[in-house]
Amino acid sequence: MLQFILKRLGLAILVAITVSFISFSLLFLSGDPAAALAGETASGEDIEALRRLYGFDRPMLVQYFDWLASALRGDFGESYYFKLPVAGLIFDRLEVTMLLGVCGISFALLVAVPLGVAAAMRPNSIIDRLALFMSVAGQALPSFWFGLILIVVFAIKLGWLPPSGTTSWQNFVMPTIVLGYYAMPAIMRLTRAGMLEVLNSDYIRTARAKGASEVRVMFKHALRNAIIPVVSLAAVQMGFMLGGSIVVESIFALHGAGYLAWESIARNDLPTVQALILIFSMFYIVFTFLADVLNAWLDPRMRSS
Amino acid sequence: MTHADSDPANAIEIDPLLQEVMGPTPGQLLRSRIVGHQGLVIGVVVLTIMVIIAIFAPLIAPHDPYAQSLMARMKPPVFLGGTWEHPLGTDHLGRDYLSRLIYGARVSLLIGVIAATISGVIGTAMGVAAGYFGGKVDAVVTFLINVRLAMPVVLVALAVVAILGGSLTVVIAVLGLLLWDRFAVVMRASTRQVREREYVAAARAIGASTPRILLTEIMPNIANNLIVVVTLEMAHAILLEAALSFLGLGVQPPTPSWGLMVSEGKNMMLFEPWLVLIPGAVLFILVLAINLMGDGLRDVTAPENRS
Repeated sequence: MLQFILKRLGLAILVAITVSFISFSLLFLSGDPAAALAGETASGEDIEALRRLYGFDRPMLVQYFDWLASALRGDFGESYYFKLPVAGLIFDRLEVTMLLGVCGISFALLVAVPLGVAAAMRPNSIIDRLALFMSVAGQALPSFWFGLILIVVFAIKLGWLPPSGTTSWQNFVMPTIVLGYYAMPAIMRLTRAGMLEVLNSDYIRTARAKGASEVRVMFKHALRNAIIPVVSLAAVQMGFMLGGSIVVESIFALHGAGYLAWESIARNDLPTVQALILIFSMFYIVFTFLADVLNAWLDPRMRSS
Repeated sequence: MTHADSDPANAIEIDPLLQEVMGPTPGQLLRSRIVGHQGLVIGVVVLTIMVIIAIFAPLIAPHDPYAQSLMARMKPPVFLGGTWEHPLGTDHLGRDYLSRLIYGARVSLLIGVIAATISGVIGTAMGVAAGYFGGKVDAVVTFLINVRLAMPVVLVALAVVAILGGSLTVVIAVLGLLLWDRFAVVMRASTRQVREREYVAAARAIGASTPRILLTEIMPNIANNLIVVVTLEMAHAILLEAALSFLGLGVQPPTPSWGLMVSEGKNMMLFEPWLVLIPGAVLFILVLAINLMGDGLRDVTAPENRS
């Protein structure tokens, strides 16, 4: 087990380093970052001054290791736009994004797991077909459009919820739904498939034979085993979700890290963008690593692969 | 007996008997499964209509999608009291909404097809190599898949498009270079399964070269999985383009992109919600049709997976 964890940890660190290099390289995609930063009206001398100020005149690899060394200490440089340390800017905004992510994944699990169980209990029934249709339709629903429809219906027509902002819990209701529904199809399908497999096993027959109630069989015996892969999927989806919060946060003007990312991209604030890409990637890497370890802990067969 | 055989009335009775003994051919079975699969049929029909509309857009569209008219701004659609002059109304610049929707189908389908092709080539090459050769090749490809999955797609795509400038070409290239992960994952798994089959061992035994085995033994047998991933990634690319254009960092105005139309209509959403509802609904229907087709193809080509 320890060997498995160390191996996975090593791999996760290697992935993290590669991702950090890619997000750093983005800066050089434009050709000359100093010229891009200075703007179209800048003179050659201005650009040269900026180049020396930000150290763009050094070899790229030197700049990368310099950046990485600072990043490891929690220093991501200064935002071009806000003229403030990037780390502090992001840290202030992460709370909203994390809260949104936790709400989103909880909502997805609360809807998708019972739906998956219900679908597996009666294969090919109306509930099963409805669940399958919802999962296909859910994957096709553009999240930005879904968000706008919710705003039209619940904020404008009915006036139940505020259309945007970050002031109260009510601001999080619609973003949670929009962020959460996207993870539902995958969770629902995996729960259904897992339940169908488990329900055919011997110990379920034993449980039924000794007279356990159907509810007890479903939730105490079957779901406990079927839920293992769902938990790790949820961890992975959570990583995806934080990266996807940029769309949701921009629709509802939730001032989280995703909104900051959108603003920073529009403002060409590259140090902030680089740091955000790295941080969102780190979340994904950490969540998948935890999911792997959790899987191996719950299911020893996974440790060998 | 001989007399009865030559009797046409008896010959008709023998036919179904013969059929029952021989059973339907695999081709007949496949055809009946395709026709019997509701989702697949609906998906294919809707997608075909959309493709025809996109190809013949100049013939179908009632107006020039770029022609602005200050006199005819924000005309409502027919079902909200408008006229047949503009069946789906006009936008804030007086451009005919239906014509823009029709030309928008071109943008979405073009991006979907080309992005899925680029990512399909990259992902399939990586996945097949990893699955067939195993060992170090597999380790490297798996590592690259992990790296790619760790990068937040929307964020990276937005950043790259912002740096390089938004255009149809840039959006297609960025999506094509980002969406290969599912191809690699699925093709790797499929190849690992097929690699162990007897016909691959037989091909190796008669001295077939590796490229030959990959092209004539492996590829045809993983093609059905590939087609399913192609459809799903096409849908993915179309949705992502719409999201990028909605956020203002995708296809740039005045190109008629559905995501852009939703974005432009957003400011007038309070009074004219149809400006947002119509392009989004069309986008939803297109992606739903592609997904239905992909899911249907998976069911039809792998009947043992059907519940």
